[in-house]
Amino acid sequence: MDMYIQPDYEVVRNTDRCIACRVCERQCANLVHSYDPDTGKMKADSSLCVNCHRCVCLCPTHALKIVKTDDTYKINANWSNQTINEVYRQANTGGVLLSSMGNPKEYPVYWDKMLVNASQVTNPPIDPLREPMETQLWLGKRSAPVERDEKGRLKNTLAPQLKLKVPILFSAMSYGSISYNAHESLARAAQELGTYYNTGEGGLHKDFYKYGANTIVQVASGRFGVHKDYLETAAAIEIKMGQGAKPGIGGHLPGAKISADVSETRMIPQGVDAISPAPHHDIYSIEDLRQLVYSLKEATDYKKPVFVKIAAVHNCAAIASGIARSGADVIAIDGFRGGTGAAPTRIRDNVGIPIELALAQVDERLRAEGIRDDVSIVVGGSIRSSADVVKAIALGADACYIGTAALLALGCHLCRSCHAGKCNWGIATQRPDLVKRLNPDIGYKRLVNLVTAWNHEIQEMMGGMGINSVEALRGNRLMLRGVGLTDTELSVLGIKYAGQSV
Amino acid sequence: MSLREGQFRNPSGCAIVGVIDRSGKTMTGEGMILASEVMHDRSNGLGGGFAGYGIYPHYKEFYAFHLFYDGKGAQAETEAFVGRHFEIVYSSEIQTRKLPSVKNEPLIFRYFLAPLPRKLANSHLDEREYVARCVNRINAEISGAYVFSSGKNMGIFKGVGYPEDIGRFYRLEEYEGYAWTCHGRYPTNTPGWWGGAHPFGLLDFSIVHNGEISSYDANRRYIEMFGYKCTLQTDTEVITYIIDYLVRKRGLTLDEAAHVIAASFWSTIADKDPESRERETLLRRMFPSLLVTGPFSIILGYTGGLMALNDRLKLRSMVCAEKGDKAYISSEESAIRRIEPDLDKIFAPAGGEPVVYELYKGGRD
Repeated sequence: MDMYIQPDYEVVRNTDRCIACRVCERQCANLVHSYDPDTGKMKADSSLCVNCHRCVCLCPTHALKIVKTDDTYKINANWSNQTINEVYRQANTGGVLLSSMGNPKEYPVYWDKMLVNASQVTNPPIDPLREPMETQLWLGKRSAPVERDEKGRLKNTLAPQLKLKVPILFSAMSYGSISYNAHESLARAAQELGTYYNTGEGGLHKDFYKYGANTIVQVASGRFGVHKDYLETAAAIEIKMGQGAKPGIGGHLPGAKISADVSETRMIPQGVDAISPAPHHDIYSIEDLRQLVYSLKEATDYKKPVFVKIAAVHNCAAIASGIARSGADVIAIDGFRGGTGAAPTRIRDNVGIPIELALAQVDERLRAEGIRDDVSIVVGGSIRSSADVVKAIALGADACYIGTAALLALGCHLCRSCHAGKCNWGIATQRPDLVKRLNPDIGYKRLVNLVTAWNHEIQEMMGGMGINSVEALRGNRLMLRGVGLTDTELSVLGIKYAGQSV
Repeated sequence: MSLREGQFRNPSGCAIVGVIDRSGKTMTGEGMILASEVMHDRSNGLGGGFAGYGIYPHYKEFYAFHLFYDGKGAQAETEAFVGRHFEIVYSSEIQTRKLPSVKNEPLIFRYFLAPLPRKLANSHLDEREYVARCVNRINAEISGAYVFSSGKNMGIFKGVGYPEDIGRFYRLEEYEGYAWTCHGRYPTNTPGWWGGAHPFGLLDFSIVHNGEISSYDANRRYIEMFGYKCTLQTDTEVITYIIDYLVRKRGLTLDEAAHVIAASFWSTIADKDPESRERETLLRRMFPSLLVTGPFSIILGYTGGLMALNDRLKLRSMVCAEKGDKAYISSEESAIRRIEPDLDKIFAPAGGEPVVYELYKGGRD
């Protein structure tokens, strides 16, 4: 360890409660806890602690807590402890700082500055316990010609669409970045919920082909794990152009996480870092994207919708307009708070824009150009609750991707150390002894519970607005009002201020 | 100065009523006046209006424009515009009757028009689209002028006041048509502008509507992609545009359009026979953003017919009735009984199920 850097968090043990059962020691892959046979007591090295709370949760006598240290450098509003530590760290290693999960910095969260409407007197709220309340929808192109058969009946001229029973999908997380058991949990939950999970750029494990009808497979710049069966098994294909946590760069899976199984699934060597390039080297412009979209459609006989996922960046409205004209069926936009298994800290914390603003602008642009029906919009990064989902749909999204929330459901405590590969919760690791801690029978059920609970809450909020189909909420911006926002923010979001009538 | 319709969103409760004689025999507007009078308390004196079909048999080949003008300047500007785009076959001020209860009326004029053939040909537009665009241009670009009726052999008459007073103001007992609709308005804000009253019309479509739709902005933002401008910010306006888009521009039948606007629930569709299931699923998948939620009852008037439609939960009252060749639609049964006490049949249509009454010889052109 770097002698300059003191731990951010301290492990505090209540020695009256501790029975030295050594559960904490066995549970900690970071080797924080140890047993001192001389004193018969447990010890802890806080400098190794990532604050994942595994030991706290499993301590049978509730003897443990993790606290923010009160050790501090001389207080400086410009040079925070963390900023100083990062300088020390880089001075020691000469390396790029790495981080995991979403941007934790104090940027505005626009979801929390928008409020939802409800019906009073002039139209009735609708009670979801007593009336149908539809959260089912279809994703994909809706622009199709009206044609009739010889009997005058409408012909189905629609391009393939995806049917979702809930407006929530699990976002891309690769096998490799997360574990086999995490993937199994997501796949089984997607199947039971009538929605989809996404392979990320890590290929599809052979055991999970049976969940193909609920699987979106990703084609990313490294092309890891992409082959004919992979494409054909999926319900839809997603071209990953970018990721909210690290716009403008490719992926990085440390060699330590590339086990034999991961290696086989990704079709890459074992134990060697898997680095996907920043761009797709066959896509240097929008016309190239069109070729990849149609290559994938050709390869799958035009039977599957193609998603194109981009990071939310400054010019995303124009980019989305280009994508909508490229043959893509769905645009996925990932906000700058989206999670990751590993990203350079500076990029995660400084590049990209909030998903709320990106979504509002993309939806508005596509409507202004009359092409909103050519694509569906799915947003993620970060959707934290059913209220965020409702607000996203009212701003113009068709559905939402959730990643971090899904991992939390599986036990993740947001310690942001995925890149170390020693996830004590069995999620972001490939170590068999850790992976087995995540029981997919329990994990999938917790995911189903989470999404089911959110769906109930979405229905309650929709009912309050007098809306009984999620399709009538989509883009219904009059249902939103801003608080604590500037005129510019309101105009970018395309909403009125709270208290303003129309 | 108080705000005009279109400068704010103005939800209203309302009374609606309509009648058609399917044999094509005509009747005066008096019946609608009597029917709306019974439902006086469903309006609050801030808007009333009527649509009559078959009322201009001598000019049935021409588009009948009804216009409100704030002043002579707007009129001159509009007439210059109309003259550049149409042959004006006949024009006059619409005859009205002064009533103490009807105040602040604008100038109200009527024109019978035929598109100038050369202009129409050069525009590369279908004739109806050409006319619709001219209407939109007058309403959007000429301050103080408002086209509130633009169909052939039909006319809308509306204003600020109770519907029975507005009907008498326009002397509707002197017009004869085979179908009539009427609207009494209960806005929750003060419009004060005659253009904001209902029915709302576009070409021969007219809509009277009771409700406050919760899908408004989703519908508005969608339909505006196709060149419509929802300048009045009313439910009626957006529903009219939706029907115009689906039926006139996309070629759906009225029944199909009804199943887009008031689509059956997915759970209901799942229980239907395979052909209906396929058809309704397809319509919902193609036009999900035109689903209208929240309470509404509407009567769509068009050449040769009336269509009644409730929201899919039937959150607004609406009954239909028949007597011989005549068919009636109303917010309240009492209004129908006022003009026809002895009915052959009366029923409340289910939510989302359109009821269509057309001339025996068929509706629409």
